[in-house]
Amino acid sequence: METKSKAAAMWKALKKRPLSLLGFCIIGFFLLVAAAAPILAPVPANSRSAYLIPEDGYNPEPKLPSAKHWFGTTENQYDLYYGMVWGTRTAFKVAVLVVGLALMVGIFLGSISGFYGGWIDEGLMRFTDIILAFPGLVLAVVIVAVLGPSLDHVMISVAAVQWPSYTRLLRGDVLAVKEREFVLAARALGASDARILIKHIIPNSIYPLLVVASLDVGSVVITAAALSFLGLGAPAGYASWGQLISMSRDWILGSPGNAFAYWNTVFIPGIAIFLFVLGWNLMGDGVRDILDPRQR
Amino acid sequence: MLKFIAKRLLFLPVVMLGVTMLLFGALQFLSPAMRASLYVRDPRQLSALNEVIQKYGLNKPMPVQYWIWLKQVLHGNLGYSETAKMPVAAAIRSFFPATFELTLVSFIPILFIGIYFGTLSAVKKDKLLDQTTRIVAITGYSLPSFVLGLFLLMIFYGHFQIFPPGRYSLNVDLLVHSSNFHHYTGLLTLDAILNGDFAAAGDIFSHLVLPATTLIYISVALLLRITRSSMLEELGKDYVRTARAKGLPENVVVKKHARKNALIPVVTLSSLLFIGLLSGVVITETIFDFPGIGRWSVIAAQQLDVPGVMGATLLSAFLFVVANMISDVLYAFVDPRIRLN
Repeated sequence: METKSKAAAMWKALKKRPLSLLGFCIIGFFLLVAAAAPILAPVPANSRSAYLIPEDGYNPEPKLPSAKHWFGTTENQYDLYYGMVWGTRTAFKVAVLVVGLALMVGIFLGSISGFYGGWIDEGLMRFTDIILAFPGLVLAVVIVAVLGPSLDHVMISVAAVQWPSYTRLLRGDVLAVKEREFVLAARALGASDARILIKHIIPNSIYPLLVVASLDVGSVVITAAALSFLGLGAPAGYASWGQLISMSRDWILGSPGNAFAYWNTVFIPGIAIFLFVLGWNLMGDGVRDILDPRQR
Repeated sequence: MLKFIAKRLLFLPVVMLGVTMLLFGALQFLSPAMRASLYVRDPRQLSALNEVIQKYGLNKPMPVQYWIWLKQVLHGNLGYSETAKMPVAAAIRSFFPATFELTLVSFIPILFIGIYFGTLSAVKKDKLLDQTTRIVAITGYSLPSFVLGLFLLMIFYGHFQIFPPGRYSLNVDLLVHSSNFHHYTGLLTLDAILNGDFAAAGDIFSHLVLPATTLIYISVALLLRITRSSMLEELGKDYVRTARAKGLPENVVVKKHARKNALIPVVTLSSLLFIGLLSGVVITETIFDFPGIGRWSVIAAQQLDVPGVMGATLLSAFLFVVANMISDVLYAFVDPRIRLN
């Protein structure tokens, strides 16, 4: 009952924010595309994986949209429409897995650090200091370069750069919550450390972390796409927006006399990444505004 | 205050040691043969891989290898960067001024636009101007730099044939490297003006326009938001009501009373923003082929040019710690209520 009225209040607050509503619509649209990918862009019968974009010949020159290829083709004739549709799934996968992974590490280490204090806390905090002192993208590039280029390694490396700030944020809140009476009461009743942490402290301190994480989804997607753009992500022909835009790099100046000869290879994946990130940012902004009335 | 600064400076070597140790640790995931092949530039040398391993001590335990590297660094020898084709120290000296110039050219407009429109946006809350500013801000930080960069290159360089990538044109390249061009500051636009060559200054500046526009559009959002929310908070306080009740003109209330206090978080944040720009220009420099630290560090990281990555990382870790310190000191300086301890 209570959650229902909370949801209703949330909906009411959202209705007053057309921009946040727009964010929900954009992400909803991409969700639909991702879910309907097999219908929108049927997988060719002889394909080894749905994420491999079908190739129509080997001509290096990209082609403009046509009846056969709705968005045209990239260099080496990968079908752009197919790549965009299936790339939506890749984008969601990256967004959810990277933020999820970083959150898991952040929650685990942050709660331990704040709860136990002492040398564990000191050690972990100095370690996060060091990671935060890195230029994030360069560290991520080193990690991928060492592990070898692949989409999984891109996700691992972005999460590896992301977790320290989550750890520090949660640690601070755990420090405050662990002094509260209900924690003392639980301890007096003989609850174990694990039970106190999981049942009492984490549920009461995790809220700010979740808000920050929801605001981070956009920038995480950008970082992962940037690594793909640098050629460290999935191999050529894999359905990933960052990979598609990286393939357009050699063609942005067009043909002599017509700078926009291959506009589709840059604009279509570029606008998609922009809208996807915009959707998450608008949504995150709305959630923060509703949860934190001081910002209004 | 001095004690605080001294403490932070003591912390500096700790962070720098940690950063390099971590990088070194990451590189140990590669086998000695793989790391040795990073030094090999000619397939014929591959038969001599074992000698390379011996020469650089690549099969020794990690702490020993780290110690070898550290000893060299402490002697002032940062090694040779294969990707820059020059010693690391020389590479930093050559790339850093370029990045610094680009950062400066972007940072100053960001500061003005951010503070001016942030204030205006708070004063005219929920009006058209506020809504427009918010939309510009949110689209700015939703736009990946490589997407915006490619769009700008396509339109302005490709179509209109203005604002080319790189740092200067060929004829200016020859000029800057000639003996009668004096490098007073390292900032080439300024140097060209000081040398009296306005055509060259114009050329160098035209190369800065697109990367700077990219950085400004993407980074101004942060300052806009901080100024706006901090301003909103101040405008709701009692002393502002008092000032208004005294009958002061609104302009004075906003500019002399509220904004002075609202700028406290902005000032401290801006030193961090500056550093964020300085080490965050990686992608922008790569797209515009701008020969700065960011582009070099990414190439070095991609090709696992160990001395190069180590050098670039050391530099940015150093800047990071110093910027944090400056930000804390500034904080205490602009707001006497805050004491550092």
